[in-house]
Amino acid sequence: MQKHNRGLMPVFGFLLAIFWLIPLVWMIGTAFTEGSYNMSLLPQTKPTFENLRYVWNAVPFGRYYLNTVIVVIVTYSVQFITVTMAAYALATLKFKGEKLVFIIIFIQIIIPNDVLISPNYMTLSDLGLTDTKLGIMLPFFGSAFGIFLLRQMFKTIPTALAEAAVIDGCNTFQIIKNVYVPSAKTAYISFGLVSVSYHWNNFLWPLIVTNSPENRTLTVGLALFAKSKEAVMQWSNVCAATFIISAPLVLAFFIFQKKFINSFISSGIK
Amino acid sequence: MKSYHSGILTRAVKTNIKAWALLSPALLFLLVFTVFPILRSFYLGLTQFELGMRTPVFIGLENYLNFAKSQLFWKIMGNTLLFSLLTVIPSMVIGLCLALIVNKKFKGVGFLRTAFFYPVVMPMIAIASIWMFIYMGESGMLDQLLIMVGLKPLNVLSYRHTVVPAMSFMYVWKEAGYLMIFFLSGLQNISEEMYEAATIDGAKPWTMFRKITLPLLAPTLLFVSTIALTNSVKLVDHIVIMTEGGPNNGSTMLLYHIYQQGFAWFDQAKASALTVVMLVIMLGISMLQFVNTDSKIHYN
Repeated sequence: MQKHNRGLMPVFGFLLAIFWLIPLVWMIGTAFTEGSYNMSLLPQTKPTFENLRYVWNAVPFGRYYLNTVIVVIVTYSVQFITVTMAAYALATLKFKGEKLVFIIIFIQIIIPNDVLISPNYMTLSDLGLTDTKLGIMLPFFGSAFGIFLLRQMFKTIPTALAEAAVIDGCNTFQIIKNVYVPSAKTAYISFGLVSVSYHWNNFLWPLIVTNSPENRTLTVGLALFAKSKEAVMQWSNVCAATFIISAPLVLAFFIFQKKFINSFISSGIK
Repeated sequence: MKSYHSGILTRAVKTNIKAWALLSPALLFLLVFTVFPILRSFYLGLTQFELGMRTPVFIGLENYLNFAKSQLFWKIMGNTLLFSLLTVIPSMVIGLCLALIVNKKFKGVGFLRTAFFYPVVMPMIAIASIWMFIYMGESGMLDQLLIMVGLKPLNVLSYRHTVVPAMSFMYVWKEAGYLMIFFLSGLQNISEEMYEAATIDGAKPWTMFRKITLPLLAPTLLFVSTIALTNSVKLVDHIVIMTEGGPNNGSTMLLYHIYQQGFAWFDQAKASALTVVMLVIMLGISMLQFVNTDSKIHYN
């Protein structure tokens, strides 16, 4: 029975996988074939870069790419610093008000920023930061998820290591830099992959915050293009645009499959 | 070295100062963009603050009373509930099935994991753009398929009875791979010996699944259900691409309605009151966690 079962499971799995891959295969195939009014699963004509070229020129995707890369990198860099400092304090120091800090952290874990678009936009406009890249990033500079993840990791680092560093004359920042950060590499990678994927893919908040092409991100650019008059029924062009915005992450995932999956498991913190 | 010679009290004070100084940057952002907006929503929800008004005017619970009487509000809550019902349980069941499949060792299992998980790393906007062409009337892939087998085209996104189920189907396809990985890590925590012992006792696979796998996976199930619920309630990106809430508000969800009120109709007071409704829902979902404290296992 057991053996029989093992034989069938993979076959069933492969059939499901084919179903799962249909949209991706169709999207890539269509992005690289000449536009046609007939929809077919596999490309019917010779491969062409014409759609990609057309879309790249019709929409300022170069600008959107740059914006997205800036948003993703700056957000993670600032998070890296704020989260590391907070996690170090929570993992190693006994202080008054610890409970309060945990309550604040849990509030963000329960209430994700995605649902606070309306009040956060008001704050942003009070600060005069609407339609700026900083405005897209600002609400995410303190990350409860990151603090929690790193604190758990820092807790496993033996205090003897830090004490040795103190004897060597290290100050707090040197201890964090030389002892804690290097020992928590996997947690930083996990947090980084989750953070980068989130901000690369995030849509509603950048849509609300930005008004001008100078600040729009890729997802917003794709949405505007997909809804524009030129795009109606032009699936080859929309697929080319879709390919442009999703290729980097999907490609990275195909290469680092295990790292991505392990990282996203940690993103489930609740 | 100097601090080692100072008194106990001053050392405690110093630690306190150090801790709060280290925490302050992160806390500043958490307070300004999570705690403050929550309080602000509660306050503004009690006011009238439409486009053209300089300052909000306090009106008590009127916004909420209006919601209670509004057909649109209940339609939207119904849509949100329907979408959750049609996505949470199916994506959990399918996610568990996928995890059971890829938990086995065979050639190509890595390929399967990749195939099931890749929609997770794609932006929802991209996925909605692709599925738009699957669902499009007449020339879309689904309708073409229906015409091929001699059925009538459905044009699923244009009818209020089919629009939410169609969106749910797409979302289950996207989300199942994400839930799969939590089940996978849950399954890998169950020791192989249990299954071996059960096999020796002559247990059938289905019995083993019911008597060993499911009970041991219970904490994971609970924890995954809160993730799935939270995600389904706050999903809106696809609506912008596919329907903009139509037909006749048939696919307007709560968060999309917050977006409409705040950014299309510029009524920040109503948007705030709706945000409060959302906060209550989020809080309710997180309460699920406390049903079983074993779920804390996943924190480690």
